[in-house]
Amino acid sequence: MSELTVRPTHAAVMVGRCVRLSRRNVDALLTSLLLPVILMLLFVYLFGGAIETGSAYVTYVVPGVLLLCAGFGAAGTAVSVTTDLTTGMIERLRTMDVGATSILAGHVVASVARNTVSTVLVLGVAVAIGFRPAVAPLRWLAAAGVLLLFLLAVSWLSAAFGLLARTPEAANGYTFIVMFLPYPSSAFVPVETMPSWLRGFAEHQPVTPVIESLRGLLLNTPVGTAPTRAALWCLALLALAVLLSALLFPRRIA
Amino acid sequence: MVHGPPAVELVDLRKSFGNHVVLDGLTLRVPTGGVHALLGQNGAGKTTTVRILATLTRPDSGTARVAGHDVVRERRRVRRTISLAGQHAALDDGQTGVENLTMLARLAGSSAPAARARATALLDRFDLTDAAGRRVVTYSGGMRRRLDLAASLVGAPSVIFLDEPTTGLDPRSRQALWEVIGELAGAGVTVLLTTQYLEEADRLADRIMVLHGGRLAAEGTAAELKRRFGAQRLELTWRDAAGLAEAARRLGDRVTHREPARLALSVATDGSAPQVRGLLDEVDPDRHGVVRFTVREATLDDVFFTLTGRPASPEREVAGV
Repeated sequence: MSELTVRPTHAAVMVGRCVRLSRRNVDALLTSLLLPVILMLLFVYLFGGAIETGSAYVTYVVPGVLLLCAGFGAAGTAVSVTTDLTTGMIERLRTMDVGATSILAGHVVASVARNTVSTVLVLGVAVAIGFRPAVAPLRWLAAAGVLLLFLLAVSWLSAAFGLLARTPEAANGYTFIVMFLPYPSSAFVPVETMPSWLRGFAEHQPVTPVIESLRGLLLNTPVGTAPTRAALWCLALLALAVLLSALLFPRRIA
Repeated sequence: MVHGPPAVELVDLRKSFGNHVVLDGLTLRVPTGGVHALLGQNGAGKTTTVRILATLTRPDSGTARVAGHDVVRERRRVRRTISLAGQHAALDDGQTGVENLTMLARLAGSSAPAARARATALLDRFDLTDAAGRRVVTYSGGMRRRLDLAASLVGAPSVIFLDEPTTGLDPRSRQALWEVIGELAGAGVTVLLTTQYLEEADRLADRIMVLHGGRLAAEGTAAELKRRFGAQRLELTWRDAAGLAEAARRLGDRVTHREPARLALSVATDGSAPQVRGLLDEVDPDRHGVVRFTVREATLDDVFFTLTGRPASPEREVAGV
C-alpha cells in the first residue's frame, strides 16, 4: 500500500516541523508538561492517604501517573492531526506526494518527544516527594524502553483518532478513551479491590502489563512475563494504528 | 504552437457526492502555456474539477489527464508536474515565512542548502523578504496569499492550479496577485485558475471556460465569448413599476436582464435605428412609459447571463452594474 511507504527525507522534515510547532505552542506545551505533575500531586496527597497498597502510595502510584501522562500527551497528537486536516496543510502535502505515514510520523515523534520531557519532569518531582526507585541502571533502561514503546503506540493510535475526527474539539473527545484506560488497571489501586467483572477487564487490558513492568523494573521486584506481554501489546497496537491510519487517510482527505 | 500532450484534458468527467451531481460529463482541454480561467458560480463544479486534477478527489467516471498523465493511474507523475493553491492558504501559522518555504522545498526534493536558497529567492520574488523571519500568524491576508502562491512554486511545477486565488482580498492585494499570476504564465507555466469574478477572468485569462451545472457551457477568449453570446442590448428604464411589469409581460423570454430596483430591463438589439425604434414602439405604444434608453456593449456578465440564465455573482446583482 503506497500510504505505508516512507521516504526518510519526508519523515525527517515532518518530524522537524512538528517538533518546532510544538515548541512554539507555549500554552499547549506548558499544559502537557505541568498537568501530569499536578495529577501526580493530586493522587499522592489527595487520594493517597485513603488507599492501602502495602507500600508508600507515592511508590505505588508513580508508574500509573507516567502512563496517565502518556495518555494525556497523546491527546495533543489527535488534535494536531485534525488541525492539519482542517487548515489544508495535509492537502498541500498530498499534492507534493508526501505519504500518510511520513505526515503522521512527524506528529507521533513530536508527541513522543514531548512526553519524554514530561516523564522526566514527573520522575524528578516524584523523587523530590519521596519516590525511591531501586538503583539498577539496566532495569531503568528496560523501563524506559517499555515506556517509549507504549508512548509510540498510544501516540499513533491518537493520530488515527485525529483522522477520524472532523474538528479539533472532537479529536480531543476521542482521546478520552486513551486517557481513561489507565484507571481500570493496577495503576492507581490494586486490582484485588475491584469487583470481579472489572477485575477481569483490568487484568487483561494492555495498560496493566505495562504498569506491572514499570513498577517491577523501577522498584527491582520480579516482573515475570509482564515486559514481554507489554511489548507484544504495544507492538500489536502500533501495527493496528499504522494500518488503520493508512486506511483512513485517503478516505479522510478525498 | 507547443507540441506534446495538452496541459489538461478532461473527457466525460463525472463526480457526485451522495445524490448531489457536481460534475455531469465535463469535457475540456487546456493547451500548454498561458492563463486559463474556469468561470462559474458557486456550486458549478470548479473546485471539484481542480481537486480531481490535483489528485485530491477521485472522479466517479471519465478520464482526467495532466500533461498526458492520468490523475488516477499515474498519480505520482501528476504530482511531480503540478501544484495547487487552494482557497485557504495552507501554511503553518507557527512557522515563519522562510521556514514554511524551506520545509516545502525540502519535501519537493531539494537538499537543505538548495531549499533555503529557493525559499529566499521566492520570498524576494513575492516581495516578502522583510517578513521572511516573522511567523505567518502575523501576516495580512494579501501576504498569506502571496506566500501561499510562493509555496506552490517550490517544486517548479509546469502546471499550476489556483482555486479562487483572490477571493477575500482587498483591491490592492488582488492587483498585486494578478501581476504575479501574469508573470508565472510569462515564465512558461500553464496556469488554470477558478474564479467567480468576471473582471478577473477578463483581465487575466487568455481563455475562459464557463462552467455551469457541472458541464462546459462555453469557451473562448473574452472577446470571442462576448461576440458570440452577448452582442448588444437595449436597456430601457421605466417611469414606474406597473409600466415595467407590463413591458416584461409583452417581451416574455426576450428579456435578457431585469433590474427591478432601477426600474430597468434589457432586450437584445443589433443597435440599428430601425430596430431600436421598432422595439420602443412595441413595448411602449403610448410613448410615456420609457423615460430613458441606452444601447450597451456586451460584457462578460451578459455572456454569463445568456449561458446560465443567472447573473454571475450576487454582489453585481445588488450593485446593479
